[in-house]
Amino acid sequence: MKINVGIIDYKMGNLLSLSRAFMHLNANPVIIEKPDDIKLVDILVLPGVGAFPDGMKMINENHFPGAINDFIKTGKNFMGICLGMQMMLSKGYEHKETSGLGLIEGSVRPLPNDTELKVPNINWHDISKPEIVSWDHSILKNTKEGSNFYFVHSFYTEPEFKENILAETHFGSLKFASAVKKDNVFGTQFHPEKSGNKGLRILETLLTL
Amino acid sequence: MKRVIARLDIKGNRLIKGVHLEGWRFLTGDPNDFCKKYYTDGADEILYVDAVASLYNRDSLKDIIRKTTENVFVPLTVGGGIRTIEDVTEILRSGADKVAICTQAVKTPEIISKVADKFGSQCMVVSIQAKKDQNGNYKIWYDVAREKTEINVVEFAIKVEELGAGEILLTSVDQEGTGKGMDAELIKMVTEATKIPVIACGGFAQPSDFKVAIDGGADAVAIAKALHYQQTNILAIKEYAESVGIKIRQDEN
Repeated sequence: MKINVGIIDYKMGNLLSLSRAFMHLNANPVIIEKPDDIKLVDILVLPGVGAFPDGMKMINENHFPGAINDFIKTGKNFMGICLGMQMMLSKGYEHKETSGLGLIEGSVRPLPNDTELKVPNINWHDISKPEIVSWDHSILKNTKEGSNFYFVHSFYTEPEFKENILAETHFGSLKFASAVKKDNVFGTQFHPEKSGNKGLRILETLLTL
Repeated sequence: MKRVIARLDIKGNRLIKGVHLEGWRFLTGDPNDFCKKYYTDGADEILYVDAVASLYNRDSLKDIIRKTTENVFVPLTVGGGIRTIEDVTEILRSGADKVAICTQAVKTPEIISKVADKFGSQCMVVSIQAKKDQNGNYKIWYDVAREKTEINVVEFAIKVEELGAGEILLTSVDQEGTGKGMDAELIKMVTEATKIPVIACGGFAQPSDFKVAIDGGADAVAIAKALHYQQTNILAIKEYAESVGIKIRQDEN
């Protein structure tokens, strides 16, 4: 039987690419518009493109936080992508201080604009593994260090605890968390659904964890 | 990392290619098959330009976008005949990640801010068609290089950046479709005046042209004819780029 992958639709971001990536991997993407529907899926993904306060406003107005927490408590795998990953943290500082879902302790901060690099950061970047973490039993289990992924963002996450940083990426002199994890909760700042075969491999790994 | 972008000009449901953005010829084969091959070869992005979008309805373009996103998993930019926020919404809903706007950005530059505010500057690409006049000054053309203006290319590039463009697609109309090499002078002028990424387009014939564009300050190069007619391919371009020390994305199949 095909794995049901819930993709939370809070009216921000491109759900289509993500759905098609999961279809390509022989899973069954389910667009989740109501919190109740979360109970029906095997894996839950929070996508998103846009600003942190707008995203959290839509998530809260549609009463998703409680259902997301209940889902995670069942031990099933949860993954946030781009803004979806940022909203997993406790706090964001885009426009104003906004509370996030608090699934991982830490905050979301603006990329420095003082480097020669351009913000928004729209580019392919390498990811590397911090020494203290292991990629076994994670979405990066089948990923080689130094692989390239596609990023589109102006903010980055800063987890409070090092063990939650699954992968890091350099942006000028800054090294930011490009993937995060805590138990059965994962996140990538980059877009696996737009990163060619290496990106698809991460989503495929999520299906088999 | 520097990007290799495959550019596909579309008319109806067919792939076309012209010279100086005119004199279009149809290529044999399904545009989606061309696209799939470029993706498999390691294209970092796909760019569709609907060359005659204003004259025909958009259903075939949307169909091409939809089919593309079923098996191509890199960013997709779509341009041609985009005039309103509604057009942008439609194209993004069909599966595109970014839109490229040319004519409307010249006629009513406010569209750039409107799109950037609503969807983010990361999906607002301004397409600049540049042509040298008899005095050697680069001027803006529009409407698939049929209409001429007296607007200075560098001034226009600075203006679109201020209005919120996330990227510039810079096409040299003089070089376009000729295979005579990239216009390094034009690329240098625009990249020195702006901070946003510039995609250089027009005249690519061989892998060494990639270095010409990158040395000129481009972040990416969009290639059409040289790929469609198999004068070169993305694997060869990337192999060359690496050999001369340009950082590019590595894919694996």
